[in-house]
Amino acid sequence: MDQQLIFLTILGMGLVTFLPRLLPLLTLTGLSLPKWLIAWLRYVPPAVLAAMLLPSILLQDGQISLGFDNLFFWAALPTLGVAIWAKSLFPPVIIGMLIVIIGRWLQ
Amino acid sequence: MSRLKKGLEGKNSLWRMIFAGAHKALPIVFGYIPIGFAYGVLAQKAGISTFNTVLMSVTVFAGSSQLIAVELFALGLSTSSILLTTFIVNLRHMLMSAALSPYLHDWKKGELAAFAYELTDETFALHATRMSAGKVGKIETFTINLTAQAAWILGTAFGILIGGQIAEIEPFALDYALPAMFMALLIMQVNGRKDVIVAVLSGILSVGLLLLGFDQWHVIIATVVAATIGVGMEQWTNN
Repeated sequence: MDQQLIFLTILGMGLVTFLPRLLPLLTLTGLSLPKWLIAWLRYVPPAVLAAMLLPSILLQDGQISLGFDNLFFWAALPTLGVAIWAKSLFPPVIIGMLIVIIGRWLQ
Repeated sequence: MSRLKKGLEGKNSLWRMIFAGAHKALPIVFGYIPIGFAYGVLAQKAGISTFNTVLMSVTVFAGSSQLIAVELFALGLSTSSILLTTFIVNLRHMLMSAALSPYLHDWKKGELAAFAYELTDETFALHATRMSAGKVGKIETFTINLTAQAAWILGTAFGILIGGQIAEIEPFALDYALPAMFMALLIMQVNGRKDVIVAVLSGILSVGLLLLGFDQWHVIIATVVAATIGVGMEQWTNN
């Protein structure tokens, strides 16, 4: 493979990745936004987190799978429970990982 | 004497902020090292040079699009289609960048640019939660971002150096670190019934769109629709 072309492509990839990360921050910061937009932006974090999370725990090989071989789904229930109870980052992460380790060991 | 004490305290709190940032970034570190590792292994297998493999982790720093790019390079796709794919895959970051803008109004342009450079799904999830709770300290913020990217680059380097020798990372459940972190942060983000409705709706929409084959756009479409419905609910219940 032509490493020089890959090099240039990677620089271009850096640019097209950076611009969407940068432009909204640069243009919106400091503006006084209309109320509805602020309300809308406040819904983005829970919406985007759920949109990224749910496929990773419900789908296996592109199909919805709720069987016991979908360990992530079954581990999600106690992980969410611990998250609601602890309201902090580490207990659910650690306990969730332990459940997955044990689940894989049992499988 | 008092000045010395003050200086020491200042130094102390600087280290405390750095420690707090690194500590908060730990779940990201757990998640990024194995994924960076996988990326490093696959990039080498695809015939990308060591320099270019590391360069991508430095300049792009976006997990899913780097893994996709490796595939596209291996398939010999044109530069323009690789750039377009990368752009589309990472377009969701626009929403995240916009969502954080209300919290950073007193930051300088250069600081915003440095922050935006390391805005990933995972650093966003962390920042959205802490910033909405009023924590916008720059030292902690940048420590989180730098720790995350350091882990990503370290994982990449491990993949290049010892790739192939370690095949199994699954027994350690490191692949569950990021989903578990997203769950924790989602729970911390959700305040009240409307947030729950928006999150559930967005998640279901995302899964549905993915099943229908919208495998690049599902996150963006689901987020935009669900957030709009959230604002609609507010208007409706207010009037």
